[in-house]
Amino acid sequence: MNHTYLKTVDSDWYRQRLSGTLICVFAVFLVLLARLYYLQVVKGAEFRRQSQNNCVRLQSIPPARGLIFDRNGVLMVDNRPSFSVSIVLEDAKNPKEVLLKLAEFLGEEPQPILAKLDGARGYPSFKPILLKRDLSRDSLAVVEAHKLDLPGIFITIEPMRHYVDGKRASHLIGYLSEISEEQLKSGRFPHNRSGDFIGKFGVEKSCESFFHGEPGTRQVQVNALGQVTRVLETVQTVPGKNVYLTLDLELQRKTEEMFAEKVGAAVAMDPSNGHILAMVSSPAFDPNAFVEGMTFEEWNKLAANEFHPMGNKAIQGQYPPGSTYKIVTTIAGLEEGVINEDTKLYCPGYYRCGNRTFRCWKRGGHGSVDIIDALAQSCDVFFFQVGEKLGVDRLARFATSCGLGMSTGIKLDNEAPGLVPSSAWKLRKIGVPWQAGETLSVAIGQGFNLVTPIQMVSLVAAVANGGTRYKPLVVGRIRGVDGSLVKIGAAEPVGKLAASDKTLEFLRKGLVDAVNKREGTGWIARVRGIEVAGKTGTAQVVSMEKGHEEKPLESIPFCLRDHAWFVAFAPVETPRIAVAVLVEHGGHGSSAAGPIAREMIKAYLGI
Amino acid sequence: MFDRRLVQHFDWVLLALALVLEAIGILTLYSAVNASAHVADLTCPVYLKQTYWFGMGIAAMVAMFLFNYKWLHRWGGAAYAFSVGLLLAVAFAGKEVSGSQRWLVVGSLSFQPSEIVKIAVVIVLARYFSDCCSEEGFTLKSLWKPLVWTLVPFILIARQPDLGTGLVVLLIAGSMTLFVKIERRSMICLTGAGVLVCSVAWFFLKEYQKQRISAFWNPETDPLGAGYHVIQSKIAVGSGMVLGKGFLKGTQNALSFLPEQHTDFIFSVLAEEWGFLGSAMVVTLYLLLIIWGLSIAIRSKEPFGTILAVGITSMVFWQAIINVGMALGLLPVVGVTLPLISYGGSSLVATMLGIGILMNISMRRFMFKD
Repeated sequence: MNHTYLKTVDSDWYRQRLSGTLICVFAVFLVLLARLYYLQVVKGAEFRRQSQNNCVRLQSIPPARGLIFDRNGVLMVDNRPSFSVSIVLEDAKNPKEVLLKLAEFLGEEPQPILAKLDGARGYPSFKPILLKRDLSRDSLAVVEAHKLDLPGIFITIEPMRHYVDGKRASHLIGYLSEISEEQLKSGRFPHNRSGDFIGKFGVEKSCESFFHGEPGTRQVQVNALGQVTRVLETVQTVPGKNVYLTLDLELQRKTEEMFAEKVGAAVAMDPSNGHILAMVSSPAFDPNAFVEGMTFEEWNKLAANEFHPMGNKAIQGQYPPGSTYKIVTTIAGLEEGVINEDTKLYCPGYYRCGNRTFRCWKRGGHGSVDIIDALAQSCDVFFFQVGEKLGVDRLARFATSCGLGMSTGIKLDNEAPGLVPSSAWKLRKIGVPWQAGETLSVAIGQGFNLVTPIQMVSLVAAVANGGTRYKPLVVGRIRGVDGSLVKIGAAEPVGKLAASDKTLEFLRKGLVDAVNKREGTGWIARVRGIEVAGKTGTAQVVSMEKGHEEKPLESIPFCLRDHAWFVAFAPVETPRIAVAVLVEHGGHGSSAAGPIAREMIKAYLGI
Repeated sequence: MFDRRLVQHFDWVLLALALVLEAIGILTLYSAVNASAHVADLTCPVYLKQTYWFGMGIAAMVAMFLFNYKWLHRWGGAAYAFSVGLLLAVAFAGKEVSGSQRWLVVGSLSFQPSEIVKIAVVIVLARYFSDCCSEEGFTLKSLWKPLVWTLVPFILIARQPDLGTGLVVLLIAGSMTLFVKIERRSMICLTGAGVLVCSVAWFFLKEYQKQRISAFWNPETDPLGAGYHVIQSKIAVGSGMVLGKGFLKGTQNALSFLPEQHTDFIFSVLAEEWGFLGSAMVVTLYLLLIIWGLSIAIRSKEPFGTILAVGITSMVFWQAIINVGMALGLLPVVGVTLPLISYGGSSLVATMLGIGILMNISMRRFMFKD
């Protein structure tokens, strides 16, 4: 075993062993150097990019949405800061554990928060996933305090829509809700990302392109825990434009007060330019609830409400116009020469047509009346006869020239066109020829006629201003954040009433008498000190039965009560406001709708 | 006893290589901890601590070449017994840090006996192999002693647990044994046994150790878990590109994406900041150190010196290869320090000790007084 020569110096044997060892060493180091070369030179640029992605994040800064003011610059809708909590998966070493901890800190069930993780499957791991919006101050404090235990979790401050007065003018202003997948795909919202809120209804929707502004970006450096260590570059947001409505907030408030406990709609318009001064639809909803996130039950409750709080009855509600339609019949009668200022017709309380008897609302009859009395006292028999002489198709032509049967063009969604019946329409729609008797119903605003409150206010405004129909405007001005004028809502005439000045004069006289004469049906709407012109209307919900009017209102089931109309303008000489009020199932126009119209006029004119 | 020739033959090259690597190490440590709040929070920055340890390392190195290395032949057994005793002390009275019991505390100093035991194993094996060497190689029968001398410390270290250091002990012993040659039949048996032991050993590994090894084969399957270290380290190294991001400018390191950046992944910090030029230079320095160590072995005129030099060189070699290979994603993540560069007093002192021994052999290659 003992080879002494191995212990001697200069042993070639060891030299041999060493040369083998050296070869191995060189080979191994060559592998290391080759690997270094591969990682740093061949793949270097790619890894450099990865290292930047690793630590540089692009955060989007949501722009402040444009504000909404009333015509006098009173703030109606602004933005408040809201705190959202999100997670970046790449920074959370164990996302599930982090989310469980977060749920515990927030004192919430972990399931909905964990579900967000599943929802984001296939999402780039460095992109933030929104977990919860609008944290309370308390929750915010808890999350901030435990920041070190929650890697990957971060809080963002976002402006959140805030409707200052809650339900105030909610149908006109509209609401926001999360952008849908289809909307995102449509390409019409290039600035928006999933989870953004956009206008879904009302002015919020129609002015979306002005409101949204442009998001900014912030390039930040984060550490391995996802905490921001440095802001590298910021591109500032461009805030949305501010919208000044044509609305008069005081008038709106007063009108809404009058509609408390009532179902229906009211619209006020400036007759000189079509500006909408007030638009009420009752009951209303609170648009804040949409931004803050509604529970399923809350939504169901809203959707199932029999009075449809989500619909804007001022533009979507279609009702028979009742006696307010006599304005149309008057214009048609005078313009077609069927009657003139001297025509007197006798009202015994009923009118016979063929083998049917049509009743006047006043059973005892009005006696001999001319056009002005007929308007003032709303004599049905007078207008039966005018209608009969005109025929339904001539009547329909004039109704169309008055802007009925078609949308007014107001820039709000889902406006209803109403309905102007004609013989051709009936044949086409129902397949039965027109009956002469039906013309009589149409002439006093019953039967197939359907109008919307916005159409009626446009018509009354045209009567007030000398015949020009303006497109109803809800946006007066749009201004940039710096105050620069972006857009001005200019008066836009869309038609003229087919009525001569003389016709309009008679019409106005009749409407003035309706309010200002003791026997006028609108007596209740008179205002001391100024002259108001108006017309009541009672729209039957079910066809009139015998003795219908005599029954006290309370004895009739609510849903069978008549709708009450009142249209008016004031002051007669220089009209500044036109209103149309509709109270669903309110009973008589004079008692239910008249006082509301009166208060609106008083409120606006400051009496 | 003092000989002028000692000064004439002083190994300046080896000293220079060691000093350069150590200087790079302290510089890199400075960068590694300056970037990370977690490590910098310590009362005394680690690069300063490392400097103190370096002083101690120099003293150990000087002590190692003041006497004739052949004394080690005589006292090797005692040194081995002493260091294994220290390991046993660790097992019973060691300080526990984050789940591992690796440290012995003496006063305000804490050190890892497992680092010293590597040198001790090298010495006893060198003595045995140089005494009983044969041209045919060692047979299984003649290998049982070195096997026991290796396995005892290995088991003690592995159960701390410190798989990395344990593995290094095995690799050193294996390299030395292969160097002195194993008889062919025994070789086949040993290889077979080795494969068998490895496959059985898998079942004794801790879960995290298994994870690290499986993550090594496919780090992308679990990028946030076990594969995290490897991916982040590769990104750090790769993003250094040719010229590096510059001193103190490594973002992967600065933003704490690198784990253990002052010990296991110090090479990644270096590679990120100094790029291919810098890291290839450091790798080359190690290569030079290894070649120089082997040249000392070959120039030694007697087997004990040769085998001792081979053993110490293989210690540096394996640690460097495993640590760098790990940072480059070539080897699984096991905690092994990069000699002279990683933070760690015991490791530094042990390495300097080894270099001292190498110098001793180098200086005394012309003296045959015994």
